[in-house]
Amino acid sequence: MPGITREEVAHLGRLSRLELKDEELDHFASQLDEIIGAVARVSEVAGEDVPPTSHPLPLTNVMRPDEVRPSLTPAEALSGAPAQEQQRFKVPQILGED
Amino acid sequence: MTDLTRLNAAETAATIASGEASAVEVTQAHLDRIGAVDEKVHAFLHVDTEGALKAAKAVDDKRAAGEKLGPLAGVPLALKDIFTTKGVPTTVGSKILDGWIPPYDATLTTRLRNAGIVILGKTNMDEFAMGSSTENSAYGPTGNPWDLTRIPGGSGGGSAAALASFQAPLAIGTDTGGSIRQPAAVTGTVGVKPTYGAVSRYGMVAFSSSLDQGGPCARTVLDAALLHEAIAGHDPMDSTSIDAPVPPVVEAARNGNVKGLRVGVVKEFSGEGYQAGVVERFNGAVELLRELGAEIVELSCPSFTYALAAYYLIAPSEASSNLARFDGLRYGIRVGDDGTRSAEEVTALTREAGFGPEVKRRIMLGTYALSSGYYDAYYGSAQKVRTLITRDFERSFGSVDVIISPTTPTTAFPIGERADDPMAMYLADLCTIPANLAGNSAMSVPCGLAPEDGLPVGLQIIAPALADDRLYRVGAAVEAGFIARWGHPLLEEAPTL
Repeated sequence: MPGITREEVAHLGRLSRLELKDEELDHFASQLDEIIGAVARVSEVAGEDVPPTSHPLPLTNVMRPDEVRPSLTPAEALSGAPAQEQQRFKVPQILGED
Repeated sequence: MTDLTRLNAAETAATIASGEASAVEVTQAHLDRIGAVDEKVHAFLHVDTEGALKAAKAVDDKRAAGEKLGPLAGVPLALKDIFTTKGVPTTVGSKILDGWIPPYDATLTTRLRNAGIVILGKTNMDEFAMGSSTENSAYGPTGNPWDLTRIPGGSGGGSAAALASFQAPLAIGTDTGGSIRQPAAVTGTVGVKPTYGAVSRYGMVAFSSSLDQGGPCARTVLDAALLHEAIAGHDPMDSTSIDAPVPPVVEAARNGNVKGLRVGVVKEFSGEGYQAGVVERFNGAVELLRELGAEIVELSCPSFTYALAAYYLIAPSEASSNLARFDGLRYGIRVGDDGTRSAEEVTALTREAGFGPEVKRRIMLGTYALSSGYYDAYYGSAQKVRTLITRDFERSFGSVDVIISPTTPTTAFPIGERADDPMAMYLADLCTIPANLAGNSAMSVPCGLAPEDGLPVGLQIIAPALADDRLYRVGAAVEAGFIARWGHPLLEEAPTL
């Protein structure tokens, strides 16, 4: 199995939206390498015929009646917002300038 | 006058119901105890003095008006800081939620309030419940009341430490891979992971949704049962909540008896890595059960040796998805928004600053396990192992009523010892993880002190899903048997601080 490189950690950091610092890359590379090396053994045990389990309960599409009911007020919903404007969450620019 | 903080929850409720002490007096006694010892223990992240006294006063008013009180009315409780509490900070042990005040109560919080239970405050925990020592909290570690230089377990170390240091007679934890049971074991307290889906997850910050389960923590088996009954039951706000009656846990806790019960001992829960004193105390518990009339049956569950590996793929995978909601845009901290950076850049800077190392490790591990090219080998294989573990349990429960094991392979280790060695830390959950993967119910109950270090050892009891009452039946019998042998509850040997 290939080891986890510094570059792979940087890539995982980008996918995970973590602006990792340089010194973190080496540290995480060796730790993730050790952890992945240890957990890789899961592929040794189960054959093709074993179905996967994603959840302990066999539930599908649990629905509730579509009824109007009390909910948070706009002020309550926005109470934790880092920034807000005109009863909306105010966020940094999502699209580029050009 | 009796020290109100030394009473267990059932005694406390009786004391209030009879008028011997008011709920306000009981709450004040615990707030005073917190003031006196929590600087040393650091079980609480936030103490809600005003809210607690107000809730206690409401119980006293109800009693004065002649209204009937619930079985835990006026009893103080320490709430793990993973459940939302309207108007009271909720951090999940993370900097990313520093200063956040939830606008709503978790269903569990509402149930506690409706039962007249007094919430003293929010307890310390590993960040996002990821850890086995509470050292991953962004707000500093918690000490084990038996030895403050050692870990109180995790992730719910604050809740367990609050019980063991008599700062609260009841507490709430959550258990994804052992976060209720392992802290209970290393602090000499009782902790229960109910059947998956028994306690609502609405308002409980998600770590790994197919494994996370809230549950009761207490100093006695009966207290845990009373709390279990107060918090369990169907909740339409949680789509994975089980719509079935709560098993008769209180009745079972009042009638501890193992005569004729078939108790399974799984050989895979032994061997390398198990401390000698833990094995000795576990064998003592097996002997006690045999003396009490249980039939001991030896079992093999070969897939259990793969449980830890499967867990450290499944839990991080689900976490990497669940924690995507912490984007610095709608709640929590926001870092680097200087007017020039994009939302994506601000999100990455916020998450970098807001998450600690273990959370970052698990998010990246999960992202790796789910990425194309690796998905089948890692996440896919782990899900198959989950099937094999469930089958091993099903087969075992065909021939035994419960399974027992040590709760943890070792007693509490020194703070700092495994802090930067993730694989060593993960081994603490070796025995607790299989029950989470299968969705079974499980309990940890004290079974003595390890001879070599004088620290508590826990006995784990595992029962099938929706048979939680068996845990209490066995737990109560074990508890009574050991108290008869020791002459007192184990916690009486803990330092007074």
